[in-house]
Amino acid sequence: MSEERRERRSYLIGTLLSILLTAIAFATIPLDLPRGGTMLLIGISAVLQVIVQLRFFLHIDLSRQKREDLQLILFSLLLLGIMAGGTIWILTNLSQRMM
Amino acid sequence: MKLLGNLNWDVTPFSDAINDPSTNTFVAAGAASLVIIGAVSVLILLTWFRLWRPLWRDWLTSADHKRIGVMYIVLALVMLARGVAEGAVMRGHQAMALNGGPLSADHFSELFSTHGTIMILFVAMPLVTGLINIVVPLQIGARDMAFPVMNQVSLGLTAAGAALIMVSLVIGRFETGGWTAYPPYTGKVFSPGEGPDYWIWSVVPAGLGSMLSGINFAVTIYKCRAPGMTYMRMPLFTWTALCTAIMMIYAMPPVTVSSLMLALDRYAGFHFFSNDLGGNMMNYANIFWMFGHPEVYILVLPAYGVWSEVAATFSAKQLYGYVSLVTATMSIAVISFTVWLHHFFTMGQSASVNIAFGIATMIIAVPTGVKVYDWMATLWRGRIRMTVPVIYLTGFFILFVIGGLTGVILANPTIDYQVHNTLFLVAHFHNVLIPGVLFGMLAGIHYWFPKVFGFRLDETWGARAAGLWVVGFCLTFLPLYVLGLMGMPRRSPSFTDPAYLPMEYLAAFGAVVILGALAATFTTYIVSIRHRKWLAVPLGDPWDGRTLEWATPAPVPEWNFAVIPEVSSRDAFALEKEGGTPYAPVSRYADITLPRRTTMGLTVCVATTGTGFALVWHIWWLVILCFTGLLLTMIARAFATNTEQIIPAAEVARQHRRWLDAIAQNTGITRDAECTSANRGLAAPDEVIR
Ligand code: HEM
Ligand SMILES: [Cu+2]
Repeated sequence: MSEERRERRSYLIGTLLSILLTAIAFATIPLDLPRGGTMLLIGISAVLQVIVQLRFFLHIDLSRQKREDLQLILFSLLLLGIMAGGTIWILTNLSQRMM
Repeated sequence: MKLLGNLNWDVTPFSDAINDPSTNTFVAAGAASLVIIGAVSVLILLTWFRLWRPLWRDWLTSADHKRIGVMYIVLALVMLARGVAEGAVMRGHQAMALNGGPLSADHFSELFSTHGTIMILFVAMPLVTGLINIVVPLQIGARDMAFPVMNQVSLGLTAAGAALIMVSLVIGRFETGGWTAYPPYTGKVFSPGEGPDYWIWSVVPAGLGSMLSGINFAVTIYKCRAPGMTYMRMPLFTWTALCTAIMMIYAMPPVTVSSLMLALDRYAGFHFFSNDLGGNMMNYANIFWMFGHPEVYILVLPAYGVWSEVAATFSAKQLYGYVSLVTATMSIAVISFTVWLHHFFTMGQSASVNIAFGIATMIIAVPTGVKVYDWMATLWRGRIRMTVPVIYLTGFFILFVIGGLTGVILANPTIDYQVHNTLFLVAHFHNVLIPGVLFGMLAGIHYWFPKVFGFRLDETWGARAAGLWVVGFCLTFLPLYVLGLMGMPRRSPSFTDPAYLPMEYLAAFGAVVILGALAATFTTYIVSIRHRKWLAVPLGDPWDGRTLEWATPAPVPEWNFAVIPEVSSRDAFALEKEGGTPYAPVSRYADITLPRRTTMGLTVCVATTGTGFALVWHIWWLVILCFTGLLLTMIARAFATNTEQIIPAAEVARQHRRWLDAIAQNTGITRDAECTSANRGLAAPDEVIR
């Protein structure tokens, strides 16, 4: 039973943290921060939320790391890096050339 | 608020044909009638032959991976018929399109848009997914997929997308912006009608379904392999399936997301891709091709897997260069995520961006080149039989290399600037998709068909079909290279330069040959079903196969393996046969647990189709109804506990022993007599070639 309770608590914490981080991202608009600050805050809360979801919902942590989980995460990071990095490169380049 | 949203009688092609009789509207109304006649005749046939009950019990509610795979392939073949017909209509129209042509420009645009969408998402994808479904669990010694019900759901989602495209032929119009559906043209301002919505709600479920399939395949291959089946002992088809699965997981979300963003633009007044208010339509092309390029390798890798199995089996030799083939597959999977920009070299980014992606594109040709040499080396001095899969393989070798070479040409941005958006490109991608993917899948179906149904496919008709496909392909598509170099733009409903005519005629003639190839393909299936007694191979190994799936009866029982095999080497079954110890008797059988039948997939299919249709026509009450139904089904499923059935050990033992006895009484067949009725599926020992 205690196992199940621990599980449930972990899911609850994850949900609350996710809601909190989402709320922070949305709050940046009414708070009317400077543009750079807004982007930074949204970016940070997005990355944090990814970590929260991996930790509390997908149960991936550093201690009992299985090799396949690690491979999967590294591969995901590689592909996300390619896609996000490529997009930023392409679109900033396009935007500069349209100035 | 109108009860039926934007629906009314005027949206059908029939009313168009009545109000404005012309060739154009008659073709549309004819196509719509074909859909209706087709659907009604299927219903009548099912009732006539009293097939409703078996259809429901053995197929629609089955969670068996083989049956789900077969349903994927049947879906693909139906859609292939429509796709090829549309292709032929386009070729026919264009041959008459000097200063005009029978069809209206919008109708022609609908044709290439549905054709492209159907061929990629509802023909090629289901063929690949279906074949992987059938083959992979058998090759790795598993009883089913890791998530059998999710497998059904994936099929349901794909079928829902296909159903919506079929509906669009009868009710309303499809999108006219091509299979890529680039905004701002497909935005609300320039395409106010229902067309792009049909495209969106067909693509989104199919994308989700494929992503779920990818997860399912990857987990199955990671977690459900038989003991001893290490990664480097997996058959090559399974390797390509693994890489394709991983690519599906990462490449499908971009298209789902970009389509949903387009939907938000269209339905909710967002400005992701609009011209004004901060929208950026170039980001659509960017996201779409993050899916689009990996997609072509998702399709072709399993075909490479088929070629690997076919080359080894039909030359009775060990696959040459296994490690290099695996490495090449993995390299392709990764590199294919780094080249997407070559689909929009001309969008305006700087030369340095272009050349980076151009070089990456040229690099990806290297692993494929390695593979071609490996397959040729496999065939070298082998005991080759010219069966149907080998005819396809021969066509593939020559034609695919041409297609690959024109790809490397297009990878060069300076050349691409000259020929992009011409028929040269159309020739190139058909040149890789047809000899690569389609031939591969047709060869794979021919090769594994006996495993699923218990009888071989007719070799004579199969060979005719293969020959017609090869010839028809050459006649239809090689002339398009010339037209492209002459400057003829793709997607042209008409043209003014009579110099295009000779090649147009040739291509139109080719399309007729392809129609013949399609007819021969279907004839192969019909003739084989008629002659199934003669073609039966119940002992399960008609081609002297090398991998685990051939060490089972045909048709393979629902539980695949009486006992899960232990694997001690690559090509385990071939080695056992060489050592003279195949078909070892089993001393102890155990009960087998299998997934129970469920209506989950079917419910998801119906609810998704309903949601999509209602969204297209803005029938909001129906959207809410169907979508709530969808959610409730999923929640209800989470509470289902009685999800498994037990096959008693005695039943397994009975069937397995009967099969072993039949093998003991059979003398086996030599490779020379493989295509005669003497082939009952037991391979006689042959000379071993190394
Ligand atoms: C088998 C006979 C086939 C014929 C006769 C055919 C014919 C055509 C024609 C005439 C076009 C329009 C070309 C243009 O833009 O001017 C086209 C486009 C296209 N075809 Fe095919 N095709 C065939 C098979 C296939 C297959 C097997 C696939 C994919 C697996 C495929 C994928 C596409 C795609 C993606 C387009 C582009 C659609 C667009 O412009 O948005 N085709 N085809
Ligand atoms: Cu590409």
